[in-house]
Amino acid sequence: MKRFIGFIKKEFFHIFRDRRSLFILFGMPIAQILLFGFAITNEINNVDIAILDHSKDATTKEIINKISASKYFTIKQMVVREADIASVFKKGQVKAVLNFEKDFSKNLIKDNKATVQIITDATDPNIANTISNYVNAILQKYQKELNKDITIAYQIIPETRMVYNPELKSVYMFVPGVMTIILMLVSAMMTSISITREKELGTMEILLVSPIKPFQVIIGKVFPYIFLSIINAVVIVMLSIFIFNMPVQGSLFLLGIESVLFIISALALGILISTISETQQTAMMISLMGLMLPVILLSGFIFPISSMPEPLQIISHIIPAKWFIIIIKGIMLKGVGIQFIWKETLILLVMTVFFIGLSVKKYKIRLE
Amino acid sequence: MKTILYIIQKEFKQIFRNKGMLPIIFILPLLQLVILSNAATFEVKNIKFGYIDNDHTTTSRALVEQFNASTYFDMLTGFPSEALASSAMLKGKVDVVLEIPRYFERDLQKEKHNNLGVTINAIDGAAAGVENVYVTQIVQNFNQHLKVDLLQPSDKQIQPTKIDTIPLFWYNETLNYKTFMVPGILVLLVTMITLFLSGMNIVREKEIGTLEQINVTPIKKSQFIIGKLFPFWVVGMALLTIGLILAKLIFDVPMLGSLLLLYAYTSIYILVILGMGLFISNFTDTQQQAMFIAWFFVVIFILMSGLFTPIESMPKWAQIVTEFNPIKYFVEVIRMVMLKGSGFTDILPLALKTLAYAIVMNGLAVWSYKKTN
Repeated sequence: MKRFIGFIKKEFFHIFRDRRSLFILFGMPIAQILLFGFAITNEINNVDIAILDHSKDATTKEIINKISASKYFTIKQMVVREADIASVFKKGQVKAVLNFEKDFSKNLIKDNKATVQIITDATDPNIANTISNYVNAILQKYQKELNKDITIAYQIIPETRMVYNPELKSVYMFVPGVMTIILMLVSAMMTSISITREKELGTMEILLVSPIKPFQVIIGKVFPYIFLSIINAVVIVMLSIFIFNMPVQGSLFLLGIESVLFIISALALGILISTISETQQTAMMISLMGLMLPVILLSGFIFPISSMPEPLQIISHIIPAKWFIIIIKGIMLKGVGIQFIWKETLILLVMTVFFIGLSVKKYKIRLE
Repeated sequence: MKTILYIIQKEFKQIFRNKGMLPIIFILPLLQLVILSNAATFEVKNIKFGYIDNDHTTTSRALVEQFNASTYFDMLTGFPSEALASSAMLKGKVDVVLEIPRYFERDLQKEKHNNLGVTINAIDGAAAGVENVYVTQIVQNFNQHLKVDLLQPSDKQIQPTKIDTIPLFWYNETLNYKTFMVPGILVLLVTMITLFLSGMNIVREKEIGTLEQINVTPIKKSQFIIGKLFPFWVVGMALLTIGLILAKLIFDVPMLGSLLLLYAYTSIYILVILGMGLFISNFTDTQQQAMFIAWFFVVIFILMSGLFTPIESMPKWAQIVTEFNPIKYFVEVIRMVMLKGSGFTDILPLALKTLAYAIVMNGLAVWSYKKTN
């Protein structure tokens, strides 16, 4: 035991001696969470659009005013000819062009009907679709104003209540995601590197011939990183509470336990990576290339999993980050207790045991 | 010149000798391109929908039937009480709950209007907004039918004024997400591979101690750097080529613009990334530090590239930060060239910025590389 404590001490010394890494380790997550928390949003605002007005009358002017008054759009320029639309799009200056037909007002009075085209640059389908919906909503409101004298028979009005996030803040969505990515990558990367480093520098041999048992070597290696990751998690949660005003509806204690579980599963994954790679380079490339995009894309952090094709939904089950994101959102935003998230917790636990078991099996106590 | 060739030869040998690395460099990224491009969709569908019908009349059933018929909503479950519905929402089994009040039909006939309760799980604010639009559309549709069904001859109707909107989706009429995501993800993969490899390269020689051996040889600084970076430039271009072929074969992504233009731009772009990698290499002592820094920047570049979330919606200061994001430029250029067929003059401003970036980055890298300690 005393030997083991000595070994852990050595690991801590290694980490604390490398001031630069330590600074990176704590500084980066903070910088990232602040940057992303403030900057990333999947709302669509201030989209640059252009207008092609063939009639230039009172009605189109009024509609244009309404559109430029909304926070969604900025009218960047006026287009004169239809032929110019393509070149405007090709330069990427605007995302949409509104094309009012000739004699807009006249048609509206004569036939009670007028037409406007919403031409969008659909290379980004999400933005294109949203723009189209927003313009529609503005026009419908205007239409209602025009028709206010006509009472419409039989109206059912849905009264919508947005629960868990009444102000529809993007931060609620992104902070749990960013926290997960940071914990996942930092923990997995740190452990995988620290073990392969000993291999590459040749000091692993020394550890293996020492009387410390192989599993003690592994635990000793991982232990300081559990400690560091917990500090990281605490800092991130504090930032999200105090700076982004994220609520913690559920129990903070439960959140802590679940975070430790997730950290351990990420560290176990790191150990597994280190057992299958010979050099630091390989270990890092696996943990960076192999984990970064799948964790960002398949965890439900940005893209809703339920909209993905069936095979990808199945693949997403093996991403530990997915389960952790469900857990944090549950605890922080919905305020649920363990009875609602025991299944997710159990899955994480099983994954952790699996990673550890596999790495014990793969762990070689002899060098080739 | 001959010296450079030897260094290049050495570097290529080192890349191809490491059998563990080869699949990571070439297969892993392409696998991700093929699989992950399917994941990135903002479409909201398969919405888990539940309802509480307190009325049990033909009208209420007809309304529920409207939701059932919609392709957006799935897994229709009826809940006997509000408590059960909200517990299901806590468990994440349902995301939208419609509550039809008692005497819904009777009140509708009497008062001609009525309210419906809709509860939406809004943790994903953007998706909740879309779900709300769907619900409203379905209810409005239902209203139209009601008018036809319940209208009495005495209710004379005045023709309301109507503004017709015709949405036209240029360059991507079917709003196919894959044509949008595949080029973007390809950019990410090319960037990650070249940055990580070049970032680790020199620092690795430092850590192992072989850099000193090279430093005492008569190789010049510039020769050394060119020799070190050229192989990764080739790797980046090769990845782009395979990626473009896969994009065409598997996803049928259009290539409207000039391939030559895209390659010309990419050759400048990769220089930016390599310069960045070299710069990181020079300022770190261990591969671990180098990778952490590279990781830090890559995550920022990816999430602030406009690929997943719109740049226009970011606060002003963040938009200024994105001006320093090379991935943002490449994502824009590759989409402009492939999907819109933009020409040389269209991408010129972006290309010039990239070129300036490449010059500054490589200048800094060469300046900070010291042969002697």
